[in-house]
Amino acid sequence: MANQDRPNPYFRNMNAKVAATPMILTTMIVFVGCSLWTVIYSFSASRALPVNEFVGFAQYDRLFNTSRWNKSVENIAFYGIFSLVFSLVVGFVLAAFMDQKIRFENTFRTIYLYPFALSFIVTGVVWQWILNPTLGLQEAVRNLGWESFTFDLIADRDTVIYALLIAGIWQGTGFVMALMLAGLRAVDDEIWKAARVDGIPKWKTYIFVVIPMMRGVFVTTLVIIASGIVRLYDLVVAMTAGGPGIASEVPAKYVYDFMFARANVGQALAASTVMLTTVLIILIPWIYLEYGKKKG
Amino acid sequence: MTTMEAIGPRPKRALDPARIMIYSVLIVAALYYLLPLYVMVMTSLKGMPEIRLGNIFAPPVEVTFEPWIKAWDTACTGLYCEGLKVGFWNSVQILIPSVIISIAIASVNGYALSFWRFRGAEVFFTILIFGSFIPYQVMLYPLVIITRELGIFGSLAGVIFIHTIFGMPILTLLFRNYFASLPQELFKAARVDGAGFWGVFLKIMVPMSPPIFVVAIILQVTGIWNDFLFGVIFAGTQNFPMTVQLNNIVNTTQGVKEYNVNMAATILTGGVPLLIYFLSGKYFVRGIAAGAVKG
Repeated sequence: MANQDRPNPYFRNMNAKVAATPMILTTMIVFVGCSLWTVIYSFSASRALPVNEFVGFAQYDRLFNTSRWNKSVENIAFYGIFSLVFSLVVGFVLAAFMDQKIRFENTFRTIYLYPFALSFIVTGVVWQWILNPTLGLQEAVRNLGWESFTFDLIADRDTVIYALLIAGIWQGTGFVMALMLAGLRAVDDEIWKAARVDGIPKWKTYIFVVIPMMRGVFVTTLVIIASGIVRLYDLVVAMTAGGPGIASEVPAKYVYDFMFARANVGQALAASTVMLTTVLIILIPWIYLEYGKKKG
Repeated sequence: MTTMEAIGPRPKRALDPARIMIYSVLIVAALYYLLPLYVMVMTSLKGMPEIRLGNIFAPPVEVTFEPWIKAWDTACTGLYCEGLKVGFWNSVQILIPSVIISIAIASVNGYALSFWRFRGAEVFFTILIFGSFIPYQVMLYPLVIITRELGIFGSLAGVIFIHTIFGMPILTLLFRNYFASLPQELFKAARVDGAGFWGVFLKIMVPMSPPIFVVAIILQVTGIWNDFLFGVIFAGTQNFPMTVQLNNIVNTTQGVKEYNVNMAATILTGGVPLLIYFLSGKYFVRGIAAGAVKG
């Protein structure tokens, strides 16, 4: 206001800047600031409260010598790979089938997608009940006369991860299907006509023409579900609470437990920094790809 | 099989093997998806003696609504035995302000980003979008310190604050993309007529955007209702949302497990987002697809 002829550039577009303040504060304080704080204090000797005594990689050393953490990493890797492959393949196949001008398309879509509207807590609780070894699916099949039928995934430390997979895939595949279907609908009809004229069978057209064209959709879907998998927490809490023993522990639960229940903040911060690093490994090539494309 | 099929033109695409295969796969998949819903409803309508027989898929011989009443009114969620209704009202109290505040902020953000670009705006926006991929666990402890310093840790205000922060990336993206699709001429005409930043927003942009507000509301209502982590950390024991209470009922009960009550409680908790989903079909799909559409 002081010099009206030459407005100070900092006050130009003032309203927009004021309106964007919450966004600026969120990005700088929460996403950048809080993440940096966590990374820095992961090198400290913090126990119940964060302290300014820095001890290098001692927390990480301890972390990777903790069997519970190693089991968590192993679990999330196994869960991640299986659920990624499975939900991408099944999601795509369902979408491709849905794209064959079928009847009741809306009904099918509504059915496939409704679990995605439910929370992981609800999902976990329901599947915990269905997979209940004494009164669930196993007992129902035995009552039909197949006495030796065994399906106690959730009670066995070697198979409990499959129980989580069944529930997680149930909840999330509809979402992948919806994204894939949107991708398929964006494929030009001319491509299909051209393929038909050339006498290329449908499945070949899908594999060699349509899927390569949908690369963008696949990569985006992959990044979204992969970064969701890294933070997998609620489902485990509701379904197995990490058990039997530590058989279904996951990194996000390790962070929560050490941060709030065990009052060992240093361990929690080191563990979350490892989670952050994992996400960055997924994310950075993607950002690179996106930005490379925009420039080219 | 007779040779009747030779008469007349073949009905187009009636039931060739490929079609049968497609429909069978779709139907089998649909059954897998519907099974848990069916089990939930059936179990919640049975008495415990019937459940102990172990026929999880059998419909109830004797229908009872007792489990529903118990789940809502008297089931034990930790220390108290006042049922899920407490959690329900807590969730409502968390939900309404969180939805309103987060959408108000994000819509203005999106508007500023599409029509009033200032230097550095894109940088902040990019950080915001990629920030949404950072696992929440990374930011939890500093946020506990921040909310404690602000005096809102363990309160409704605390959890609302957190929901507003973490709703911002997706909502801002949603609004930015929507406003960017509106014709620039509209904006210019309003500017020529003398409308300022807020004038254009309130008189032109908001009245033109009911569909995107509906999408945003659906996205936020389902997201916040389904939240567990933020509720359990930031809301404080007396404000635990429904998901936390449900988990407490199912996983920490002492004594006999009442599966029928658990399932009734599960349906009650899942009921709100399910209702929204069934009523809003295409808007829900638009909301989740927004996450996949890059800016």
